[in-house]
Order: sequence, then structure tokens, then C-alpha cells
Amino acid sequence: MTIFSDIGRYLLMIKGMFARPENGKMYWKELIHQCTEIGFGSLGIVAIISVFIGAVSTIQTAYQLVSPLIPPSTIAQIVRDTVVLEFAPTLVCIVLAGVAGSRIASELGNMRVSEQIDALEIMGIKTKTYLVLPKVIAALIMIPLLVVIAMALGIWGGRLAGVASGIIDGYTYDRGLKEFFDPYTIKFALTKSYVFAFIISSVPAFYGYFVKGGALEIGRASTKAVVVSCILILLFDYILSALLLPT
Amino acid sequence: MIEVKNIQKSFDSKIIIQDVSAVMKAGQCNLIIGASGSGKTVLMKCMVGLFDPDHGSILYGGHDFTAMEGRDKTEIRKEIGMLFQGSALFDSLNVEQNIMFPLSMFTDWTYKKKLDRVNEVLNRVNLPDVNRKFPAELSGGMKKRVALARAIVLNPKYLFCDEPNSGLDPQTSLVIDKLIKEITVEYNITTVINTHDMNSVMEIGNYILYMYKGNKEWEGTNQEIIFSKNQRLNDFIFASEFLQDAKDMRMLEQKGKIADDRNMDELLK
Repeated sequence: MTIFSDIGRYLLMIKGMFARPENGKMYWKELIHQCTEIGFGSLGIVAIISVFIGAVSTIQTAYQLVSPLIPPSTIAQIVRDTVVLEFAPTLVCIVLAGVAGSRIASELGNMRVSEQIDALEIMGIKTKTYLVLPKVIAALIMIPLLVVIAMALGIWGGRLAGVASGIIDGYTYDRGLKEFFDPYTIKFALTKSYVFAFIISSVPAFYGYFVKGGALEIGRASTKAVVVSCILILLFDYILSALLLPT
Repeated sequence: MIEVKNIQKSFDSKIIIQDVSAVMKAGQCNLIIGASGSGKTVLMKCMVGLFDPDHGSILYGGHDFTAMEGRDKTEIRKEIGMLFQGSALFDSLNVEQNIMFPLSMFTDWTYKKKLDRVNEVLNRVNLPDVNRKFPAELSGGMKKRVALARAIVLNPKYLFCDEPNSGLDPQTSLVIDKLIKEITVEYNITTVINTHDMNSVMEIGNYILYMYKGNKEWEGTNQEIIFSKNQRLNDFIFASEFLQDAKDMRMLEQKGKIADDRNMDELLK
């Protein structure tokens, strides 16, 4: 029963987010603040992960392609498609669920426990609109951008590792990237990133906003938010792949 | 003036407050007292709209707050200031930003005008020169005063204080009580205070509502409380021997048995 009541409360929170702001300027300020926190706050870890994912993909692909009949440029094609289709949107979003998601849950949880949300309510501020909506919008703006950056860095990391280890030369790698390129993969990856961005921001916001208790419960809510977000990301990854990828 | 009419509130079919009514007048400190778990915080949260009562109504200046929706409710809330037990200052904002927050949200004043108002209320709570400090850098008493400054910055008609003295030393408690009293009279605010502090009860309690197990057990003034025959109230208020002695002394004072200075001989007879 708890799961149904949680889903109901989550949907009510989403509905409650859409209300007329009391002061547009203050909301805009909050949105910019959240964009900075979610976007720039996660840029470092996203960059590091992306470069290494690309690098590992190149080395592992080369290890498996042992047939002399397969041209080396195929390595670049495989790295490109894996990074664009899966690693950049899914893996990066799972990491972001940990980085940004736990921050959102603990920030709102702390505000709830220390009565800051009550203080805002009493001032006459629509707290779901002021606290949750800017985070969701900021995630919808910044996470697809981070995913695009992750794609570029992942592919570049693959090239770097390929050239450094002598698996493939730069020219062949670049040529491979252009071969059989389907722009739809980018569209698909961005679609996924928007869905994941919504999950990464709204699910932790839900767990943080409704936390009850003290510091221990904030920690629990934060962990639960990350776990549920990761499961939902993987679930929607499968659903979107099954629905949107022509097989 | 705030009127509380037959308020009942329950959680998971457990009744927390039952059929409580009270009238809290402007320009005076209205105290809600009672043991832990007696329902005073729930009553206060019903009054400010954080909880919806099961039945009954809360009237602000004759307008039924419980029946209001959306914008009307927001308008009343703009007239409410609240001082929370833990101060509830926004951690990420400094003192100036904390106090300026309601002004930025609800007025279109220039920064200069807002800053002037912030400094005015900071001076009112005797806290000049802390504008740039963050809540983590303040002591408990200073946090309470900043929270009080934030609560009054929009000139509210109603001020709610949830245990304003909790966690403070007796001297700082007195300062906070005095401030609340002065502000209440100065701005003719209807102030509602939830407290356990017996000093507050005796010093600033113009109207006192005593809650016992979710019910209104007694109501009256700080003068009347001394002569009250209500056993539960007496057990709660004058729990220690020291307070019992203080009560006896005050009773004698009230009856004029002690004239100008405390006549210990008279007491000893």
C-alpha cells in the first residue's frame, strides 16, 4: 500500500509544482542558482567519468575485435554508438542521480526537518513551486547539456586511449566516427536524458520534501532517493529503448 | 484578534486536540501552555494553517481562515509572522538576506529601501552589525532575534512564537520575552506564544490557555493563574517547591500582605 500512497503523493507534488509564482524575479534567481548547482557542480565528475568510459570502450572493443577482416575504423564506430546511445545518457545520469539527486534530497530534507519549509509556507510562499520546480527545470536544462558534453568527452577519451595504446591512429578513428553515423542516435540519447533529468530531480525532491524525523531520516531519504532514481533510470532506459529504437 | 472555535485535530484516528475554543486579542501576549504532548504545537500549527483541522474554525479579524482557499489564504498568511523553536533561518543565506527574503518576495521595493527596513528591524531586536553573518555563526539567542526580526519585517498583524525560550539561558530568555512583549504592544500585534517557560507565563501572559491531553483545561490571565484552584494547572505551573514558594510570595503580594519591599517576617508568621 505504501508504494501506491507514495506514487499518489509524488503525483500530487508534481501537480502542486505548477502554480503561479509570487515573484518572478525571485524564482528566476532560484532557477539560475539551481542551474549552477546541478550543472557546474556536476561537471567535474561527469568529465572524468566520460573520458574514462570512452577510453575503456576503445580498449575493450579492440580486444574483442580480433578478426583481420574487420577494419580498425569499426572500433571508432562502436565506441561512438555505445557512448552516444548508452554510456553518456544512462551511466552519466546514474552518476548524476548520486551527485545531484542526493544533494536535492538532503537539502530539502534538512529544510523540512529544521522547519524552513514551514517558515516559507507561513510567509505565504507556494513551497512546491518555489523549492521543487526550479530544481526540475534546472535539471531539464543542464542534464541534457551535461550528456552532450559527456558524449563529446567520451568519444575524445576513446581516441586518446586508442592513439596512446597504439590500437588505432587518429586519422582512422576520426574516419570511423563519420562512417554509418545515424543522427537519430543523438535524438534518442537526448530524449532519454530529458526523461532521466526529470527522474533525477523530481524523485529526490519528493523524498526530501516529505521527510519526517531528524538527521538519520534525512540520510535514509537521501539514500532511498538515489536507489529509486537509479532503478527508475534503468527501467525507463529499457522502456525507451524498446519503444524508440527501430529493431 | 484571532478566534479559535471548536477546533479538533486527529492523526490516524487518534484525537490530538478536541473542541478547543479561545479568543486571542490584539496588543497582548496570548500564551498556550501545557505539558509535552498536550497538543499545543498542533493547535498552533492548525492556527497558522500548517495543519487542516478536522472541524472547527480559525477566524482572523472575523474572516474564517479554515474555509479560505488559494489567494485569500495567502493574503492572510502575509499578515502572519512566525518565530520557530529552532529559528528556521535559511542556512544558505546570511542574516541580511534572511530578513530581506520576505521583502524581496512580496514587495517591489528598491534594494536601498529593503536594506533600510532590514537595518531598522535588526536595530529593533538589538542586533546591529550582524548583516553579513550566516546563521551557523550566531548564538542561539541571536538566531532567535534574527528570526524575530524576519517575522516582523513585513509588519505582521499576527505573531506566532513556538517555544521562543527553548535552549536559551534565563537571561537571554528574559531578553526575548521583553522583546516580544514590546513589539506586541508597539505594533498592536496579536501575539500567540507556545511555551513551557514559567517566567514567560508570569511576566508576559496577558491571556493564558492551558491545554491538558488535547483539551482546554483552563484559561485566564497571569494574575488569575496564581489564585487558580485548578489542581492540574497548579501541578503543572508550580511543579517545584521553589515555584510553589514563589507562588505563595506572589499571592501575599497580590493580597497586599507585603507592602513595598518583601517582608520576610510577615511571611514567616
